[in-house]
Amino acid sequence: MSGRFIGKSIARKEGRQKVTGRAVYVDDMEMPGMLRGATVRSPVARGRLRDIRLGNGIPWDEFTIVTAKDIPGKNCIALILDDQPCLADQTVNHVEEPVVLLAHEDPYLLEEARRAVELDIEPLPPVFTIDESLAQKQVIMGEDNVFKAFLVESGDVEAAWNRAHLIVESEYETASQEQLYIEPQGMIASFDSEQGLTVWGSMQCPFYVHRALMTLLALPVNNVRVIQTETGGGFGGKEEYPSMIAGHAALLAWKSGKPVKIVYDRMEDMAATTKRHPSRTRHRTAVTRDGKLLAMDIEFIVDGGAYATLSSVVLSRGTIHAAGPYFCPNVRIRSKAVATNFPPHGAFRGFGAPQSIFALERQMDQVAKALDMAPEEFRRRNFVREGETLAVGQIVREKIDLPALMDRALELSDYHAKRQRFAEENPRRQVKRGIGLASFLHGGGFTGSGERYMASVVGAEATPEGQVRVLAASTEMGQGTNTVFTQIAAEALEVDYDLIEIAQPDTSIVPNSGPTVASRTCMVVGKLVEAAVLGIRQQLVTTGLLPLRGYTSEQFRTACREYIQRHSALKATSEYSAPPNVYWDDEKYKGDAYGAYAWAVYVAEVSVDTTTYEIRVDDFVAVQEVGRVINPVLATGQIEGGVAQGVGFALYENVVWREGRMVNSQMTNYIMPTSADLPRIRVFFEEVPYAHGPGGAKGIGELPIDGPAPAIVNAIENAVGVSIKRIPVTPEALMEALENVHA
Amino acid sequence: MPETAKLAVSFQVNGQPHTVEAYPMARLLDVLRRDLRLTGAKEGCGEGECGACAVLIDDELVNSCLVPVAQVEGCKITTIEGIAGETLHAVQEAFIECGAAQCGICTPGMVLAAVALLERHSAQPTEDDIRSGLAGNLCRCTGYMRIFEAILQACEKRAGADA
Repeated sequence: MSGRFIGKSIARKEGRQKVTGRAVYVDDMEMPGMLRGATVRSPVARGRLRDIRLGNGIPWDEFTIVTAKDIPGKNCIALILDDQPCLADQTVNHVEEPVVLLAHEDPYLLEEARRAVELDIEPLPPVFTIDESLAQKQVIMGEDNVFKAFLVESGDVEAAWNRAHLIVESEYETASQEQLYIEPQGMIASFDSEQGLTVWGSMQCPFYVHRALMTLLALPVNNVRVIQTETGGGFGGKEEYPSMIAGHAALLAWKSGKPVKIVYDRMEDMAATTKRHPSRTRHRTAVTRDGKLLAMDIEFIVDGGAYATLSSVVLSRGTIHAAGPYFCPNVRIRSKAVATNFPPHGAFRGFGAPQSIFALERQMDQVAKALDMAPEEFRRRNFVREGETLAVGQIVREKIDLPALMDRALELSDYHAKRQRFAEENPRRQVKRGIGLASFLHGGGFTGSGERYMASVVGAEATPEGQVRVLAASTEMGQGTNTVFTQIAAEALEVDYDLIEIAQPDTSIVPNSGPTVASRTCMVVGKLVEAAVLGIRQQLVTTGLLPLRGYTSEQFRTACREYIQRHSALKATSEYSAPPNVYWDDEKYKGDAYGAYAWAVYVAEVSVDTTTYEIRVDDFVAVQEVGRVINPVLATGQIEGGVAQGVGFALYENVVWREGRMVNSQMTNYIMPTSADLPRIRVFFEEVPYAHGPGGAKGIGELPIDGPAPAIVNAIENAVGVSIKRIPVTPEALMEALENVHA
Repeated sequence: MPETAKLAVSFQVNGQPHTVEAYPMARLLDVLRRDLRLTGAKEGCGEGECGACAVLIDDELVNSCLVPVAQVEGCKITTIEGIAGETLHAVQEAFIECGAAQCGICTPGMVLAAVALLERHSAQPTEDDIRSGLAGNLCRCTGYMRIFEAILQACEKRAGADA
């Protein structure tokens, strides 16, 4: 039931620019008289800033220098709690915290100057673990080091333990992960007293940056303009941090009167910017004799780092996903985001869900083992069905058939035959093989009431040339926003693909369609695109310039041109309204947490070399139900890329911290998967159209990072019989696990 | 700090002769991007790991962030800007069609790696050839699968054109 464009693999809209090297990223831009900016950062994790000294041998009078004292507005990065300073003043709370900004036209002299600034900091005892933070020996945030806590309760967990056939308890941990977009973060700012501030850069959320700059420089709304340049990957890493760099570039531009470019090199980017929250999850699970879940008691804690950033919302998503796609009558989830003296952790694709889902899907295998039941059978007996409720009380109204999804994944991966064959062969082999699975869900759009509060707006306008231009703040960062929006608009208007233009996100032109996050762009904003362009057509029809149906694209163009000649402009907007029956209670933390979920079963096959402790993923099958697939090639590419990042999360990507500093902040020693490391990633879609998504689509961007890590570690356990509870499973970690067993 | 004298270095870029005045240890990447304003080559890591800055020097795939400009005296350099003629190169066409470019930042280097790979293999490369041919170019978006497919498609087109 493909449409003319929806369901078709239309080529990426900006593909030609990208394959010819003509796409313009922020570091490709030059401006007359432009200075380079650099950031002097704290070398210690926690302390009192006593003095800033400018060292000898540098012509300091040639430099623009900015400290906290120069800030004309409020010294914070406006986001949720406004607790994070733009430049540290009096205290520092993490290594790499920005303290002084410098600008000069010569990048080499600038680097020498950066090294010549001495920060006199009196060290204070830092907090580096979740346990230290919870113990409150040092209180570094608020009264108790807790940024946010949630409690989910349904049924009566305490009353259920007595009735259990079995109770299984375990603890799981996930480490930090670096987003590692290949384009480092960067911004250019320019200030003039009449027009105010203009900022260009690599970002996911132009209006986050806009708000942060208004607050920082005390500027009115119309004197700040934020323009997204081509963005070389984000994965959440360019959700909130760009406000920081934009703020720095803006302060230097404001003080110097010249345009200023700040582009991080890879080491600075990796060491200073946000990463995925490390987590610790404790599970206590009660089951009946026939393998039905009776009670799930889950404690989920994430390390937020030194400032709040988005930790409360990351925690919320992680909490809601912690009980997975299962029905259980008694659930309690207690969760906390705690403060430490690491650089703040922040948004990363999956947003808390990969952490809590890793723990759950490992636990499901542990419980199945205790029951002496096959892991797929144990899951099958507990899958949530249409009409049943999830842990937060959301009734599943989607027509989802999880057992069928699992059957398909098992068949495509040849799961049963392989499991049997590996069990026979492994005792004789030094390279042991295993196969494992994970089943999971991922909510599309903001959590809870987020979309209602956001009230996103999308605009559309006809151009004098007779094109229709979509106006949205949603950014293209590789995931296909431009292409998918064009497909949705062309399908709705029944016109040629080329008739649709997508405006560059520029806060002076586009309305606030919300941040480009949370798997919401296609599902939520795409629906608004559809409504906005239909508003254009409605006006053409009402004025008699276009017949209601049966028109050609050329007629549509002519109608647009004529309308503009007569009325000078043709615009339409649409604003979000929640689908009927979707309601979330913030107070009780209960209700419809998401408008819709994507559902998936992933199967990983691994080989484990018991001599070298190397682990390879040999095959990967990803089966998911994501509503209508708007563009199969782009969607498949998103899933493959997410799985690849998930393989890295499971096996390779290990942020090494020493005294609060990331010591492997290079691509040489922080290892992400290369083309030689990954298996064939085989992607399959089930499509159950979602009534409130454009063309029936749901969100897919984050889903694929949730499943690989538990599926892979379950496969490792299948191969070597050892239960590993912490990722990444580096060769060193595997060696320890195997030697403990042999000891 | 001792003054280092700038040096006149002559080389060809995309068929055009250039002479630049540069410090001998200036990175070729900076000379291309800043002096010649050829910004297709990107800096992803600055230490030869990611391949976003890849160019062809005398038809060899090289990370331009690791090459001092003094070394390219007399060389023929091809950047992403020199790959398409009147029409796109078969690799570029296939990248668009197969969805091999997502955010696009690794794409210039990846396209050059693919072009170099095809030059090395007159017959159809195996999957292992492709995997090792691209192993010096990191992509965080695609998981490489679409890129493999694009290279195979470009090979098939080439085979078809030769037949």
